[in-house]
Amino acid sequence: MPILSYLWILPVLPLLGAAANGIFGGRWPKSVVSAVALSSTTLAFLGALAVVSQFLSLPSGTIPPPVSYFTWISAGGFRADFAMQVDHLTVIMLLVVTGVGLLIHIYSTGYMHDDPGYRRFFSYLNLFMFFMLILILAANYLLMFVGWEGVGLCSYLLIGFFFLKKSATNAGNKAFWVNRIGDFGFLLGVLLIFRTFGSLNFADVLPRAAGMASDAPGQIGTLTAIALLLFVGAAGKSAQLPLYVWLPDAMEGPTPVSALIHAATMVTAGVYMVVRSHAIFLNAPLAMQVVAIVGCATALFAATIGLVQTDIKKVLAYSTVSQLGYMFLACGVGAFGAGVFHLMTHAFFKGLLFLAAGSVIHAMGGEQDMRKMGGLRKKIPVTFWTMLMGTLAIAGTPGFSGFFSKDEILDEALKVNPVLGWLGVLAAGLTSFYMFRLIFLTFFGKERYDEHHVHVHESPKSMTIPLSILAVLSVAGGWMAAPALMGGVNHFQHFLAPVLSSAAEPATAAVAESSGDAGILQALVGVPVIAGLLGFLLAWWLYIKSPETPASLAESLSGPYKLLYGKYFIDEIYQAAIVRPLVWISENVLWHVVDERAIDGTVNGVATVSRETGDRLRRASTGNIRSYATWIVLGVVVFTSLLLWMVD
Amino acid sequence: MVPTSYYLVLSAILFGLGVVAFIFKRNILTVFMSIELMLNAVNLAFVTFSRSLGQLQGQIFVFFVIVVAAAEAAVGLAIIILIHRNRRTLDVENVDSLKD
Repeated sequence: MPILSYLWILPVLPLLGAAANGIFGGRWPKSVVSAVALSSTTLAFLGALAVVSQFLSLPSGTIPPPVSYFTWISAGGFRADFAMQVDHLTVIMLLVVTGVGLLIHIYSTGYMHDDPGYRRFFSYLNLFMFFMLILILAANYLLMFVGWEGVGLCSYLLIGFFFLKKSATNAGNKAFWVNRIGDFGFLLGVLLIFRTFGSLNFADVLPRAAGMASDAPGQIGTLTAIALLLFVGAAGKSAQLPLYVWLPDAMEGPTPVSALIHAATMVTAGVYMVVRSHAIFLNAPLAMQVVAIVGCATALFAATIGLVQTDIKKVLAYSTVSQLGYMFLACGVGAFGAGVFHLMTHAFFKGLLFLAAGSVIHAMGGEQDMRKMGGLRKKIPVTFWTMLMGTLAIAGTPGFSGFFSKDEILDEALKVNPVLGWLGVLAAGLTSFYMFRLIFLTFFGKERYDEHHVHVHESPKSMTIPLSILAVLSVAGGWMAAPALMGGVNHFQHFLAPVLSSAAEPATAAVAESSGDAGILQALVGVPVIAGLLGFLLAWWLYIKSPETPASLAESLSGPYKLLYGKYFIDEIYQAAIVRPLVWISENVLWHVVDERAIDGTVNGVATVSRETGDRLRRASTGNIRSYATWIVLGVVVFTSLLLWMVD
Repeated sequence: MVPTSYYLVLSAILFGLGVVAFIFKRNILTVFMSIELMLNAVNLAFVTFSRSLGQLQGQIFVFFVIVVAAAEAAVGLAIIILIHRNRRTLDVENVDSLKD
């Protein structure tokens, strides 16, 4: 069966799982619920493998045309099909989403085992897989938007999963609202695309965008406007400045959700969308600059906050924001392939880190504060070793996956924009520091928890096996790019080349420009590694060698420390600058004036007028025959006189 | 010969008396009689026109009106008797349940 023509099966499988569990799961035991959820995801993964194998058997470089299953909307000149397509970019996303998704499903059967919302959890998780697959398989912007909104919905549902906790529902609302801003930008961008190109199909829009004249640098032409609007959407979904605030709060959700949605897959949808639209971005130099600067600023900004957080999941959350910044930095300097590469390796190691953190929390009986951990290395060895692999990967240790992807990004950034590049290197050092700080605080040093109350235990097989698989991927996931270091072919870039063919030009142009500095560039390859090493040494010195230093350091630098610990007080600033005025306007203008006076006033006014009129008219109807007769006579007299008068 | 207009004026006077009596009298029986008076005033007008125009339709119409008036008298008097039986009054002021 040519599965490339039956792509709809992939998203429908998890949808069936979600529906089955959501509708009938209430009567099923947990084993059946997890069997349904796991089998639907496994089938989707196998389907993805089949798609990929068939795709790879095509002559290299060919991209099959989009398959349209039915016309979804047809109105005037507008037409949007339920159409799907597979290309090299989709293939990578498919494998990441279904592969990591499957592992996290397996992990969840262990992690969520004692939760009363077991069925609801798996139903949501499967629904998420459905929307995510729609998002990456869509062949036009509108269908992509459906998936985009769908994953946002699932994100909201899963952040607020523990809905009895006020903070969880608040976090869910925050995520939803902040994403509305981004989605509004995305939707405007989509509308502008339709206005400009008269179509929303990737196959129509992107080649034409690539063929259009590039907007002048520093000017906002149509393409730049589209690109900037799309990037607003991406910044919302992928938690970039200034819309990142929802992601750290999203950690209120169960840890597997943080791993799947808020680290590995959904938050990378923004990167995917930007890469998908790279033809538009490349002809919009100003938008590219914005993307690069926002990405770099986010990478650095979030990394600094991550330095002092004490909640193990919060550290990882800010780390995710920071790493997403790297991906946008890559896109902004035109290295879209590197961005996707980092997206993939990040899905592996950040998924792993979150799952491992979940395993630590599981072992500690729900404790998330790293100050109350310590010395767990011997107690939960599998978790420790796998988490160490993830940390080495994210810190960019040579040979690990993160090294290849991050190195490539920083390399490209240094070539195109040295300032952003060096800031990226600085962020890489910070990354290494906060990750090793996490490791040292959690697994090394003295045991700072109450041993009588906390029974530290290794997690069950269903959790450790996905951890191990992800650990292997975190190590080996970047080896596709390894030959590039020795001057060979970067297989990952080579693989993506047919999709990013138009993107290849500026990158090579940049290389050609700077070919004179090749020697320096070669030397720069090691720079992120050195930065990472310095971060590691600093963390080791502060948290292993002299554990009393951090406290005194925090005291002597109390100003900056408080600033970082308070997350730059961005939440408070937003609260004061945006939320409060909005609430004030809503209450004092919209509620008391517009709603109560204008709207209610109109409605009540109409009612009062009719009632008063009726009241007056009611008196005419006395029930007295004689008064009726009088009216009739008067009427006759009036009409007769009128008639006579008109005849004259 | 008496001119046509005399008959018509008489008819109008009788009709006006009927209207006035209908409006100002309180006893239902009187009200009822004023209706009969109005009907007969109209009958007179019909007959007058029939005669002056030399056509029969007016006189035929009068027969119909007389039949209807007879039927109305039968039904109306029955209603009046029932009203009196139920309410012990024939004052129209007290019979105002039409508004409910």
